[in-house]
Amino acid sequence: MSVNYGSKRVVTGAHYGLRDWLAQRVTGLLMALFTVALLAQVLLIKGPIGYEQWAGIFAQQWMKFITVGTLVALAYHAWVGMREILMDYVQPVGLRLVLQIFVLVWLVGCLGWGLQVLWRL
Amino acid sequence: MTDTTKKRPEFRNINPISDLTTYRLPVAAKLSILHRASGLVMFFLLPFVVWLLDTSISSEFSYARFTAAFNTGAGIFAGWFIKLAVLALIWAYLHHFCAGLRHIWMDVSHKSVNKEFGKSSAIVCFAISLALTAILGAKLFGLY
Repeated sequence: MSVNYGSKRVVTGAHYGLRDWLAQRVTGLLMALFTVALLAQVLLIKGPIGYEQWAGIFAQQWMKFITVGTLVALAYHAWVGMREILMDYVQPVGLRLVLQIFVLVWLVGCLGWGLQVLWRL
Repeated sequence: MTDTTKKRPEFRNINPISDLTTYRLPVAAKLSILHRASGLVMFFLLPFVVWLLDTSISSEFSYARFTAAFNTGAGIFAGWFIKLAVLALIWAYLHHFCAGLRHIWMDVSHKSVNKEFGKSSAIVCFAISLALTAILGAKLFGLY
């Protein structure tokens, strides 16, 4: 076995494997189901869609519940995807680390903002 | 490694301008790279998506600003520019969605992993996503 501990430990590179491959699929499917749930409610609105109807969808507690799950799923799904892109196209480790940090900050920020929006309602 | 050992072949003809543009990409390959590109587009437009949600559900006033954004614009962005951004989002989402389902189908079904299905399913994905983009885009731009 190669030395991969102590000062020789490698912290970047593809050793994430099965967990994230499966997570991408599962989060994708969960978001697809959410899309169907949201679309169904929108299509069932009679007449023009005003603020009351649209915001009313997200005011329901069960919708808030599954929207949170969807937002978290989105953040994870996007992280795995962006990490794959960076691993494919950015070989210099230092630069890739900086870009990965940017991606994480971006995603965490969007997630936090999204949760804040949901709970203002 | 001795001198008689064959040198491992290297393929470095992937210059985006002089090489990649000369290769004939199969349908499945085009779908695949667009799957990646659409994901990237949605990643960068994510704050915009959250802003759309925020403005549309926070209050009656913000909802009015939301609908106005598509006509008179918001901040420094004109109405038509926002509509174009939303159109890009619509295409990106539909393409990523269809190609993603295709990915999962090929993950769960051994029968589907062959060149013929790769081609036919890619064509179907393009057909569905582009058709829906056209329909939703026409609605967005007020064509019906």
